[in-house]
Amino acid sequence: MRNPPTLLSLAIDSAVINFCRISDLSFVPEHILLELFVGKVFLRFFIKVVQSDCIRDVTATGTIEVEIVNPERMSQVIIKDDEVDIVIGALQSDLTSFMEAWRPMFSRFHLIIVKDPDLKEELKIPGGFNLNLYTKSDMDKVVGLSSTKDSKGELTDAVAQHITNLTTPATPFFFNTLYDPFSEGTDFVRGYPFSLRSGVECGLSCGLWLNLADYDAPTQALKPSARNSRYVDAVLTVPARAMLPLSGINIAFNNELIGPALLPAFRLAKEGKFRWETVEDIWTGMCAKVVCDHLRLGVKSGLPYVWRQERGSAVESLKKEWEGVQLMEEVVPFFQSVRLSEAAVTAEDCVAEIAASVTEQLGRANPMFARAAEIMVEWIKLWKQVRSQ
Amino acid sequence: MAAAPPPLKDELDIVIPTIRNLDFLEMWRPFFQPYHLIIVQDGDPTKTIKVPDGFDYELYNRNDINKILGPKASCISFKDSACRCFGYMVSKKKYIFTIDDDCFVAKDPSGKQINALEQHIKNLLSPSTPLFFNTLYDPFRDGSDFVRGYPFSLREGVPTAVSHGLWLNIPDYDAPTQLVKPRERNTKYVDAVISIPKGTLFPMCGMNLAFDRDLIGPAMYFGLMGDGQPIGRYDDMWAGWCTKVICDHLGLGVKTGLPYIWHSKASNPFVNLRKEYKGIFWQEEIIPFFQAVTLSKDATTVQKCYLELSKQVEDKLGKVDPYFVKLADAMETWIQAWDALNPPNSNSISKSKSK
Repeated sequence: MRNPPTLLSLAIDSAVINFCRISDLSFVPEHILLELFVGKVFLRFFIKVVQSDCIRDVTATGTIEVEIVNPERMSQVIIKDDEVDIVIGALQSDLTSFMEAWRPMFSRFHLIIVKDPDLKEELKIPGGFNLNLYTKSDMDKVVGLSSTKDSKGELTDAVAQHITNLTTPATPFFFNTLYDPFSEGTDFVRGYPFSLRSGVECGLSCGLWLNLADYDAPTQALKPSARNSRYVDAVLTVPARAMLPLSGINIAFNNELIGPALLPAFRLAKEGKFRWETVEDIWTGMCAKVVCDHLRLGVKSGLPYVWRQERGSAVESLKKEWEGVQLMEEVVPFFQSVRLSEAAVTAEDCVAEIAASVTEQLGRANPMFARAAEIMVEWIKLWKQVRSQ
Repeated sequence: MAAAPPPLKDELDIVIPTIRNLDFLEMWRPFFQPYHLIIVQDGDPTKTIKVPDGFDYELYNRNDINKILGPKASCISFKDSACRCFGYMVSKKKYIFTIDDDCFVAKDPSGKQINALEQHIKNLLSPSTPLFFNTLYDPFRDGSDFVRGYPFSLREGVPTAVSHGLWLNIPDYDAPTQLVKPRERNTKYVDAVISIPKGTLFPMCGMNLAFDRDLIGPAMYFGLMGDGQPIGRYDDMWAGWCTKVICDHLGLGVKTGLPYIWHSKASNPFVNLRKEYKGIFWQEEIIPFFQAVTLSKDATTVQKCYLELSKQVEDKLGKVDPYFVKLADAMETWIQAWDALNPPNSNSISKSKSK
């Protein structure tokens, strides 16, 4: 068995995680500062330290030589505005009110607007944004969202919250009963294994919706006046091996890590334009979760909320399409049991292996699945091609 | 119009371990008075613990425990709130709610007092959904539902065995965290109840906990802690890991989240560190053990599951420290004592679906 660490090092391990919130270090004894600054763990917090005033206090206590062993790692902590793309799918031609409502949050970032190929009219987009417009597109994101208010009545910045989710660690291997231990005012609870407290990188952040929640057509048809009015002030990591329904309405992800897994593949024969008539994101979500679980990345769910407006009729959608709903029942056991090989070390590898398993296990029963697997393989080819340019 | 009678009034016992006094019950009176209390008095049995007037209760001190269990009393901890599990054993009711004597009534964000017991009952009486994560949390709560993409075949859910509540004010941190953040208070009211997914472990806290005794009671053994033992403050953790593994095996659910209580007392972090110290290291071996545990198809009752588990504890964790051999033995004694006080045919359940 390992030698037990000292009380000092136990306290330091816990302090280090919370170090960046302390603005004045002058009260800390010198020998502890030395442990903090010269040790390897210092690097993660170097940026926060430099940004606060406390570095002045530290150097005032004496000469402490800081050796930065791995400078490239420092940039992981800061997300610059030019590293974020906001992707918007345009299904209606006049985007003016939508863009104006989001202007305070969006104006800093680069936007990618993808126009629905079936939309005939020209898009109307207000000026003052840094954007690229794509008219050929496979992505289908719902327009008709606005930002929402938190429990204190303040307008929430959904983008900022997604960025926070993606840049703080996730904890998929053990459930923390106080939810996200990295958010302000909270921590890991008693009984949470120390070896798991550094967490893993977060690959995917799934937000939620107030007003019109993302219910399926049968549920919304049965409860036409149901509105989600409950603001749950939490972000939590969806545990490893637990599957979840991914809603494409309000998500953010680390493109470098899992971009290939956010794939277009599962199109229904009578798929429509309303969310109730699609299951593509559900399929994508299960692939993405399998990929994240295999690559030991985290998936978070919870904040931020967006306010979703009414569109379409659930009953009409129900009449049109529920074949998709039936089909998805067959795939759940598949996704819950699929295992990838150790050779799959990137998201591309993982998707390729999942596609092969889909062909083998689901493709025979239904050509829809065989087609989905083909699309996944094409997508990966395309992905690699585009990225290599 | 007459008010509805308190839910499960004659089917639920409130188990409270105490070594000091029961003054905290005054604040809970409006919510607890209709129910039967089981007080487990730890420490000096010659001391008299006064129960506030108007409560219907039974009280057990160490002498009573020794008298009732005889030599089997060795499995019940002394000088540690782990002794509360004796209360679970002697109860004759279907449901248990247990609470610590430094836990008070909390208020929700609107300022209304929270009836924690009522929320626990709602949690226990509605199904859990551990087989697929619902992004809108508990779909059986008012104002919520299953989201698009949630498999229809899983929407019936499974029976809920455990309802794990949370705490505002003093959070349940371990000693090292308490030392570094002595002033941190939990002020965030998260309005959610969540089913912990199958295959995922969690740190169960015994401060504000309810469970279905018929479904999972025998797994709620709080271990050997306190006087004469090398470890403390891991009683509820241990029970939680055993319980979760067995719930996963038998197809039962564990919920966490609401209700909140107000935790008023911060225990001494240095005292806590001494108690937890070994636990912090042993945990690193214990967690992989529980994550890898499998129970056989023959383990169709909680008792059978628990006995299989105790053998594996002895085999695999006995190498970490001889304490675990003693603990495995105590786990067996616990089941024998449980069965002696609760004839098996009325309490065991058979596995309903094979997984």
